[in-house]
Amino acid sequence: MDPLRTLWETFFDWESMREALPEMLTVGLPNTLILAVTAALLGSALGILLAVAGISRTRWLRWPARVWTDVFRGLPAAATILLIGVGLAPLGMQVWGPNPYPLGILALSLIASAYLGEIFRSGIQSVEATQLEAARALGFSWREAMRRVIIPQGIRRILPAWVNQLIALIKDSSLVYFLGLLASQRELFRIGQDYAANTGNQSALLLAGLFYLALTVPLTHAVNWIDKRLRHGRPEAGPTDDPDDLDLALPGAAGGNQR
Amino acid sequence: MNTSVSLSLRDVHLAFGRHRVLRGVDLDVARGGTACVIGPSGSGKSTLLRTVNRLLEPDRGDVLLDGRSVLRDDPDALRQRIGMVFQQFNLFPHMSVLRNITLPLRRIRRLGEDEAVARARAELDRVGLAAKADARPAHLSGGQQQRVAIARALAMQPQVMLFDEATSALDPELVKGVLALMAELSAQGMTMVVVTHEMGFARQVADTVAFMDAGVVLEAGDPQSLFESPQHPRLRRFLSQVL
Repeated sequence: MDPLRTLWETFFDWESMREALPEMLTVGLPNTLILAVTAALLGSALGILLAVAGISRTRWLRWPARVWTDVFRGLPAAATILLIGVGLAPLGMQVWGPNPYPLGILALSLIASAYLGEIFRSGIQSVEATQLEAARALGFSWREAMRRVIIPQGIRRILPAWVNQLIALIKDSSLVYFLGLLASQRELFRIGQDYAANTGNQSALLLAGLFYLALTVPLTHAVNWIDKRLRHGRPEAGPTDDPDDLDLALPGAAGGNQR
Repeated sequence: MNTSVSLSLRDVHLAFGRHRVLRGVDLDVARGGTACVIGPSGSGKSTLLRTVNRLLEPDRGDVLLDGRSVLRDDPDALRQRIGMVFQQFNLFPHMSVLRNITLPLRRIRRLGEDEAVARARAELDRVGLAAKADARPAHLSGGQQQRVAIARALAMQPQVMLFDEATSALDPELVKGVLALMAELSAQGMTMVVVTHEMGFARQVADTVAFMDAGVVLEAGDPQSLFESPQHPRLRRFLSQVL
């Protein structure tokens, strides 16, 4: 057999792909999405706390937020997932039994929170100080002013960055296989890898790669679209200088239509 | 409007670091009266205004609302009784005009949705912008935005209104409408402190005009005497430059 043909069959063996496809669709894809989306939500909640702590006037909130961010942004994702997933496993065993998912999601969330915290902080700080002053002048407490006026505006501005983080999570979720998954818990990468290991043919892994691209490429374009609209306003609204002059249905655009 | 109160500032001092912005300011506004504060940029006018609702805390001195020190009140509760209008309008850009007004009514005054909407629509009607209820602030002209900001403050039924150069950021043709609205409020008996560069407005609407320079009130009195026969040389120079 000529080498080119061998190479082609290593990656594009349709039979291997067809064999792996059902399990990718029914097991791998849902699991990848569960890992990424749950970690995105939990990471966002943690990230908001980190952001608020990061701009707090108290050093005792600012400092831990700083350290947290440095640690989880500075460690390789694989190291964090192993450290949390293996290190906390005895603890996890007592709480929810021998299921690596919660710790995997926790580790992914911690990683995401470090990035998202910085993203949220820059978003909050990009909202003009006069907005806070106006809210306070009406009688809102600092908390309420942040919650009702500042954070909603900041979040709009960081949606493109948030979607980028979701893309990173979709990719990093492949590392959770380190923690040892049951057959029904395997995500896209692990399923592809298993098929590839059993057959010695990489086609199933390539199929897994195509699934990742099917998720991440549209999201990348969604980011560009959001970014463009944030800068130029809605097409029918005409040009505007004000980035807030928008009525975006972004959660749908960012994640909803991928499923 | 019969909720008006009297307001007096007593020897108010405030420094930002080593920069002494207010150096012992006294100002009295009668119940239902309108005081205009004029003076060159950087004289401390806007800073003074912010000590009334405690967006800034004075280092020394006192602010009395109907004889009672505002420094003894909870700042949030105090601000709910004092309306403030800013140079840059400061509407919340991510919500409609109507919701800009109903948000504080719902969350601070704890009104039900229907009542908040009814009151907001009434205030919008009063400032002539009932038709813009569902628009975003960015789709309004500066003058319209400022009138919405005034409606938002009025909907809280404040006892005192503070205006911080409310027309300085407006295109000239839009100034008139906002000033007319402020004059109307004044005529209705709202107690007002107005920091302004509009000498015509100060002359016609104010009961008291105070001239500030370098953190002190150099001269104060009724507009007639202050504009017709200014005593302080700095005031005379200032008036010759702006009139």
